[in-house]
Amino acid sequence: MNILEFKPKYPREKQIMMLLNGDEAVAYATKQSYVDVVAAYPITPQTIIVERFSEFVANGEVHTEFIPVESEHSAMSACIGAAATGARAFTSTCSQGLALMVETLYIASGLRLPIVMAVTNRALSAPINIHGDHSDAYLMRDSGWVMLFVENVQEAYDTTIQAFRIAEHPEVQLPVSVHLDGFFLSHTMENLYVLPDEAVYEFLGGPRKLVKVKVDYFDEEVDYALNPAKPLSMGMLAFYDYYFEIKTQQVEAMKRAEKVIVEVNEEWYKLTGRRYGDGLVDPYAMDDADIVIVVMGSSASTVRSVVKKFREKGVKVGVLRVRSFRPFPHKTIARLLKEAKLVAVLDRAASPGSMGALYLDVISSLYMEKEKPIVINYIYGLGGRDLSPLLVFKLIEELAEDLKRGFVPEEKVVRYLGVRE
Amino acid sequence: MLVEIRWHGRGGQGVWTASNLVAAAAAYGGKYVQSFPAFGPERSGAPVLSFTRVSDEPIEVHSMIYEPDIIVILDYTLLSPKIVEGLKSGGVIVSNYTGDVDFVFERLGIKRGDYRVLLVPASKLTLEILRIRATNTAMIGGLLKLGYLVRLENVERAIKERFSEPLAEKNITLVKRAMEETIEV
Repeated sequence: MNILEFKPKYPREKQIMMLLNGDEAVAYATKQSYVDVVAAYPITPQTIIVERFSEFVANGEVHTEFIPVESEHSAMSACIGAAATGARAFTSTCSQGLALMVETLYIASGLRLPIVMAVTNRALSAPINIHGDHSDAYLMRDSGWVMLFVENVQEAYDTTIQAFRIAEHPEVQLPVSVHLDGFFLSHTMENLYVLPDEAVYEFLGGPRKLVKVKVDYFDEEVDYALNPAKPLSMGMLAFYDYYFEIKTQQVEAMKRAEKVIVEVNEEWYKLTGRRYGDGLVDPYAMDDADIVIVVMGSSASTVRSVVKKFREKGVKVGVLRVRSFRPFPHKTIARLLKEAKLVAVLDRAASPGSMGALYLDVISSLYMEKEKPIVINYIYGLGGRDLSPLLVFKLIEELAEDLKRGFVPEEKVVRYLGVRE
Repeated sequence: MLVEIRWHGRGGQGVWTASNLVAAAAAYGGKYVQSFPAFGPERSGAPVLSFTRVSDEPIEVHSMIYEPDIIVILDYTLLSPKIVEGLKSGGVIVSNYTGDVDFVFERLGIKRGDYRVLLVPASKLTLEILRIRATNTAMIGGLLKLGYLVRLENVERAIKERFSEPLAEKNITLVKRAMEETIEV
């Protein structure tokens, strides 16, 4: 395809410019995604998602059954029940709400239910804090959910719609969480372009399609859904006889999700003209970069804007934004980072007793490479501490010094960025 | 060109709404925008901040504004040297204020000519027209006086999208009056 001749099916003039904050964008995307059931409990900074969506329901703009539950544990439980009957289900939460939900997160993924959830990343108590960091997201790291981190309001909209496609893909059948940074995106209004309703409907292929499963008491394969006419059981007891196989199937599905995320990103590009790197990672100025900063979420914008200024001065620095945290694209990241000289991985959550979760994934990706860069970990932005352009400026200057020295002592491998001494 | 505005007010005065309205008006004028609050503990009367970015290019930063081009102050009791911290040289201060002009310079700890200073009788006009204390839309009238950032017709559109009648019309009247009565000192 000649890039100059490429025109998306819905070029910008066929889309609608709106002014929404991240929460409103997620609610609008959900409205267009033909969702059957939304069960949610409000929590700052996710509240606006629930408020807006309940308005759509009250106005009769959606066919959705809205369940105002009494806790986040119930929100996810209701979504699990709904999705088990074959419904397209959505919820949203963060922080303490997500912590309360954790038990049921594993059930959603273990039962292979393609639920979509928006997480407005927020710090965990104590001390109590309503602002954005990734400690809640890291809490669900191993829960078997596909986890996608977005950078701006447009991407929050785009990714919410994509999430249904990824979750419901026959090769995946896993729940997907869309992570937007609390306040930095949830409460930030930006211009965005939305598709007409029918375009979203078409992209999603209408309502949720069920996968078929083989059940020994039926001759033909049946829908994987609770249906009295074709009864089957979900969530059966599985001990040392089957549990292991069921879990490895989840692992395999997560690997397949990697390919599906890439495909959906490309398809979205053909539809809207927008794509985010290859869908898994979004690199900037990486080709000849000696220094690379790895980052997730809204901070990637600020980092990139400062990196551009350093590039103008001839400093060979690039940015690798990780969009898919789970599945973690180890091979892609190794390929993109192995030729750099110095890599700084920015984690917006601490792991007391170890290192940042993103950092650990990045260094394990690089371990098998013969030639590999020095990789440093920065813990930053806890409890919503702002990552200012000035702070990024100082970071890059510090990295340039490290590069010049060509060596980083062990005690300086894990650092803090923007903390008071 | 990127213009960055920092809004200072108190909880309940509509600081975030003002920021959103100006951003919306700028977007209707074809600009890329960003508008966001800095939430502290959410309580009425506490000092609050909001931020607006307006640009010809897509905005690629997600952090607070440290070096604004314009500072808008919705409540004159907030006037202090700290409030103008980071304001770019040649920057603009737009404050809600009626009274002795020297007081403003004194409280801000600046000299005449350091910055452009515009004073809006926002409390007075808001009480008169809306009979409430939310000075946010009146302050937009003060910004309109600058003549570049946003156009009146787009502010009107933003207000009509945000408020229903008769509140929208009253706010538009307020914006126009505030624009007329804003003085540059």
